[in-house]
Amino acid sequence: MLMVSITVFILAAFVGFEIITKVPPTLHTPLMSGSNAISGITIVAAIIVSGRAEGGLATVLGVVAVILATINVVGGFLVTDRMLEMFKRDPR
Amino acid sequence: MNENLQSVLYLVAAVAFIVGLKRLTSPATARNGNRLAAIGMLVATVTTLLGREIVSYTGILVGIVIGSAVGAIAARRIEMTDMPQLVAAFNGFGGGASAFVAATEFIRHPGAIDTRITIVLSVLIGSITMTGSFVAFAKLQGLVSGNPISFKGQKWFDGVLAMAIATLGVLLVISPTSLEFWILTLLSLVIGVTRILPIGGADMPVVIAFLNAASGLAAAAAGFVIGSTVLIISGALVGASGLILTSIMVKAMNRTLIGVLAGGFGGTSGPQEEIGQLPVKRATADDVAITLAYARSVIVVPGYGLAVAQAQHVMKDLAAALQEKNVEVRFAIHPVAGRMPGHMNVLLAEADVPYDQLYDLETINRDFSRTDVALVVGANDVVNPAARTDANSPIYGMPILDVDAATTCVVIKRSLSPGFAGIDNPLFYLEGTLMMFDDARKALSDLVTAVKNV
Repeated sequence: MLMVSITVFILAAFVGFEIITKVPPTLHTPLMSGSNAISGITIVAAIIVSGRAEGGLATVLGVVAVILATINVVGGFLVTDRMLEMFKRDPR
Repeated sequence: MNENLQSVLYLVAAVAFIVGLKRLTSPATARNGNRLAAIGMLVATVTTLLGREIVSYTGILVGIVIGSAVGAIAARRIEMTDMPQLVAAFNGFGGGASAFVAATEFIRHPGAIDTRITIVLSVLIGSITMTGSFVAFAKLQGLVSGNPISFKGQKWFDGVLAMAIATLGVLLVISPTSLEFWILTLLSLVIGVTRILPIGGADMPVVIAFLNAASGLAAAAAGFVIGSTVLIISGALVGASGLILTSIMVKAMNRTLIGVLAGGFGGTSGPQEEIGQLPVKRATADDVAITLAYARSVIVVPGYGLAVAQAQHVMKDLAAALQEKNVEVRFAIHPVAGRMPGHMNVLLAEADVPYDQLYDLETINRDFSRTDVALVVGANDVVNPAARTDANSPIYGMPILDVDAATTCVVIKRSLSPGFAGIDNPLFYLEGTLMMFDDARKALSDLVTAVKNV
């Protein structure tokens, strides 16, 4: 299982390198905030660990993880959208 | 929900992230790409919520409601000039989430040896990303000084800390105890602070890009902990993205990543030599307006000083006034013109400057020799010819915009004071350079009036 996960990780990293090298400098800030929002995928792990109803410290920590990951996801995608909305082509 | 269906939906989310990032390669499709990635995230979240493992929803819903509210308010309220701080904070939250997930897993069940390795990595990367990002946030926000902050024996302290963390990590993998785990977490949080504090404000673009990569790796590590492929894929994508941006920033500043992380560079309190002894050509708004209005082509070089003076909008007005007079206006953006990669482009986009008027360093550098006027506003080190010629200069070798190749170079600047690197700029004393000493916003608005009157 661990080997499979490592394989997936390395292949995905190569895909990332290939795509992101092509992002023009003009879009580097939205790229950063957008990819940052994608790293909020930890929300999936946070939901799983806090939904197990263990109670006690584990649940508290799980809920904190959900809060942090949700801020990351919601804030990241919204602010990226707000930035990209401003990028306009020369009308002339 | 059926587990196979769940796997398919997670795959759909991962593909949405990849295609979404791919659409970020062009400004025309970027907004759509970001939305696609957001839909992918929604799919992943709903899929998880409907999974069999979830038995209690109260905590999750409370967390999602609070997190959404905080995230939405921050995203709506933030000023574009403050974008680096916001991204730094979000990096920190992402890293923190991964650390908390790992801690929760450890409390529940430390698991077999390979799970323990991933838990240790996840809590380590996540904690360092969290506190490191919060320090970067505080520096950018001006809550702590942008100057390098360090104490005597700091390198030793960090060295001992790193060794303690490594030892605890190994112990935890061999025979896990709660005490070791919490000490490891604590030390990781501390080293995040002590490693970022000594890094100067000028190096923050590198630091944010690096922490961006770290937040991705933290997500991937959390994916290893709970055995989730979608986390591993997304984390690897973000890690790759952050590393590419880090490498671009490091090259643009002629630094090394190790050099940046070692800290101590780029404060504003560096040794300041007696400068400004040589004669410079001063120009009034009217002089400069005539030069600009009768030019065929003008290249504007905006620096962070433009953003500090909130002069983006009046800059756009000047560009428009010149275009009225059939002057070709282009903007040359140095990779470190702002406080994070691409920051200046966002600031100009906010001021309604079309993105096809913005050019990056490699594209525009050879055009300066065919340009009548280079207008430098609030930039200094990125146009310093000493980077090309003076092997003793601290910025020697840094790629710069060759504004001295233009027929005339106009520099708008408050005074002759040096930039971040604390070094004098020979550009100011060149034959073809006109200096306009004023606040960027005031100088530009005087120029708008003067150009309209030409």
